Amino acid sequence: MMYELIIIGGGPAGLAAAISAYDNGVKNLLIIEREDCLGGILNQCIHNGFGLQRFKESLTGPEYADRFIQGVLERKIPYKINTTVLSLTKDKEITAINKTDGVFILKAKAIILAMGCRERSKGALDIAGSRPAGLYSAGTCQKYVNIKGYMPGKNVVILGSGDIGLIMARRMTLEGAKVHAVCELMPYSSGLKRNISQCLDDFGIPLLLSHTITEIEGKDRVTGVKIAKVDENRKPILSTEKHYDCDTVLFSVGLIPENELSKDAGVELSPKTKGAVVYENRETMVEGIFACGNVLQVHDLVDFVSEEAELTGKSVAEYIKNGEKQRNVVNAINGKNVSYVLPQKIDKNAEKFVKLFFRVTGSYKNAKITLKSGDKVLLEKTKKIVVPGEMENIIVPINLIKDVKDDIILSVEV
Amino acid sequence: MFDIAVIGGGVIGATILRELTKFSLKVIMLEKESDVSMGQSRANSGIVHAGYDAIPNTNKAKFNKLGNEMMQDYCYELGVKYVNNGSLVVAYDDEQMKTLYTLLERGKQNQIKDLSIIDKDQLFILEPSLSRNAIGALYAKRGGIVCPYELTIASVGNAMDNGAKLELDFEVDKIIKTQNGYLIQSASGKKVESKMIINCAGYGSQKIANLVGDFSFKIGARRGEYILLDRESGDFVKRTIFATPTKNGKGILITPTVDGNILLGPTAEEIQENNTNTTALGLAKIKTIASSMAEKVPFYNTITSFSGVRAFCDRNDFVIEESKVAKNFINVAGIESPGLTSAPGVAKYVVEELVSKSFELNKNQNFNGVRKPDYFFNRLSIEEKNKIIKENPSYGNIVCRCEKITEGEIIRAVTENPKATTIDAVKRRTRAGMGRCQGGFCQPRVAEIIANVLGVDLKDVTKNGGKSNIIIGRTK
Repeated sequence: MMYELIIIGGGPAGLAAAISAYDNGVKNLLIIEREDCLGGILNQCIHNGFGLQRFKESLTGPEYADRFIQGVLERKIPYKINTTVLSLTKDKEITAINKTDGVFILKAKAIILAMGCRERSKGALDIAGSRPAGLYSAGTCQKYVNIKGYMPGKNVVILGSGDIGLIMARRMTLEGAKVHAVCELMPYSSGLKRNISQCLDDFGIPLLLSHTITEIEGKDRVTGVKIAKVDENRKPILSTEKHYDCDTVLFSVGLIPENELSKDAGVELSPKTKGAVVYENRETMVEGIFACGNVLQVHDLVDFVSEEAELTGKSVAEYIKNGEKQRNVVNAINGKNVSYVLPQKIDKNAEKFVKLFFRVTGSYKNAKITLKSGDKVLLEKTKKIVVPGEMENIIVPINLIKDVKDDIILSVEV
Repeated sequence: MFDIAVIGGGVIGATILRELTKFSLKVIMLEKESDVSMGQSRANSGIVHAGYDAIPNTNKAKFNKLGNEMMQDYCYELGVKYVNNGSLVVAYDDEQMKTLYTLLERGKQNQIKDLSIIDKDQLFILEPSLSRNAIGALYAKRGGIVCPYELTIASVGNAMDNGAKLELDFEVDKIIKTQNGYLIQSASGKKVESKMIINCAGYGSQKIANLVGDFSFKIGARRGEYILLDRESGDFVKRTIFATPTKNGKGILITPTVDGNILLGPTAEEIQENNTNTTALGLAKIKTIASSMAEKVPFYNTITSFSGVRAFCDRNDFVIEESKVAKNFINVAGIESPGLTSAPGVAKYVVEELVSKSFELNKNQNFNGVRKPDYFFNRLSIEEKNKIIKENPSYGNIVCRCEKITEGEIIRAVTENPKATTIDAVKRRTRAGMGRCQGGFCQPRVAEIIANVLGVDLKDVTKNGGKSNIIIGRTK
């Protein structure tokens, strides 16, 4: 069965991309979603704060998702739910499975990867001790509480001050649990500033920066943890170890783009973002395969996911209509104090401007953001404060890079 | 009244139980945990040893060789995956090279085939990831790998399909000699009567023997910690890599697993009681030793760490004998390495040579030793999958995304012998939760399926039995 476009993932990225592709002329398309409804992870994010940028409203996750689900339904864009994609080839052939169709193969002219990301598990952290019940990644806990209506525990310690950990600190407290502390390995939090204030400060939950969990105790169910301060190399200082009683530990220790299918298809991934290497139009290095949303780079604000997905939908429509672009490519590279830039490849023939996204490696005040090519400074911008937990971007007019010979490098001076 | 009660649901008890069902005997397995295979058989290296390592003329040597020879067919019958990947004992200096020749000689004495010493160049062709300090290796082509709990579960399941009974959550507390045999009581007051007892209780086997006044052996505990790497690094090594044993001990191994992960470990630390915690020092030690054995070990791909506890015996050999103080009481104890390898051989011996002294072994005409061939759904062809989905649509619903495990497989785990009733029991049977997200995505779904099939509330579903409930109640 041949489609013009198949979108893998019906979360915010997949939905916005579908609508954009449709509005730009792609009518023979299909969204494939593994859960039992569209909306993706937003469905379990029942707190508000979504859409402040895009809609100038503070929506809950499901409300934000619904704006796009309605868009898909209005346009009668076909979708399959409860369907898992098992494999993807570089020839854009998908093998998928569900209860009614069994295992089936579909082919498309173009694919959009919109699979989102997964949480890093506790197992990857080398935390010593036992492996009792009561240990959850923050998102899994969120699923139990918000979707299933069950409480995993009453006395909570959270490792990781990423947004999911912060949100769950508040959520568990609202459901009657006691959150004793949120530990963060780094000397700064990786979550949004507003979440620190609204989830921790407002509830009197201590944030222990430069601390980590060194041991987990408990036989059947967790009974406590040991928390220690860490040194400048992030190694625990054992003399500072303190015991905390708890029956639940939540881990919010990083999000990893879920690129198993991308790897299947031979899509080149960046070790810095763990997502695909892309051009500014979000096409990957495999012709006809595009990527957007958290599978490409882990976003902080879904508003930017929607924006990126819309750009991608438009690019795909162009690709389907006009075929592969002839590009005059320059590489965009992260320089000093910058952990990554995206897109990593820019077509110097692109239209008007490119929005270059990046994250910094530390918490910096009065940061001078510089874009250079060789010795030539192309752009400079100062920001009062930049932190790793908040994705930044600069608008790069195309005529600035049209004639560069060397790679363009984005760096931050502090 | 049973003919034989097998105390202990590890790989030894499991293989013995199954062997017994080949004959017309009424048999029962008593296991103290909420599932079988939760002791040593849950957490070990999964190695099918070639047999050069055991001291000649010991039980270990005898049964290692026998088990190694039987393992391929044994696994095939039960649909358990076995990979004959070969082992390499690698030497990093001249002293170690000398030890390799000692092992080669020992292997000859043990009559182990396909052993040879290879040089540096041959070694790096076979295993390019090894440290450039390696100077040679003992290559044992008969070495292999198997999943210890898969083997245990399949053996018990097949035994049950052939009539054996299984009692879980039965911690043997008291054994009373009766006229016809034994009355076995659990800590919670359950009672089982049996003519004969086979004691294969692993770490608990000393306690069980003591209950009948047998103090002929002592069991100690030696913990071994492991680090497991993501399947993405699965081709880091192809063979099981051993460090050459030195004065400082046996070192660790770097091995693929049958499921395509890489396993690093184990450490060896004597402990006072059965404690499967990992330690910061132990995990750090694994990393240090692994880094000396191979180049660029992909630690960043760690998905979990765990530990197992070896039950070693003061006799330094397997204890496989009828008790001298209790009639019809057989001890199969101190089965540390190469216990897993030896299991099929030990089971055959125990039944044919020891049980036969007290019971006539009349063939069970209905015995069917074939457990459905391994059916990790993901390994089937598209046609085979669709045939199954047509009959049973739950196989069309992927629950564990990382390992591609279907709802059908999970339901089967909860309903097929030996039935899984906990999250970890389902995990051991299906691999759901063993992938890189370690259950982050699938645990709530697995819990729901268990609750639905068993007809219990989600808050009664446990991780591993006992009080390991995953949920404490409803939200407000």
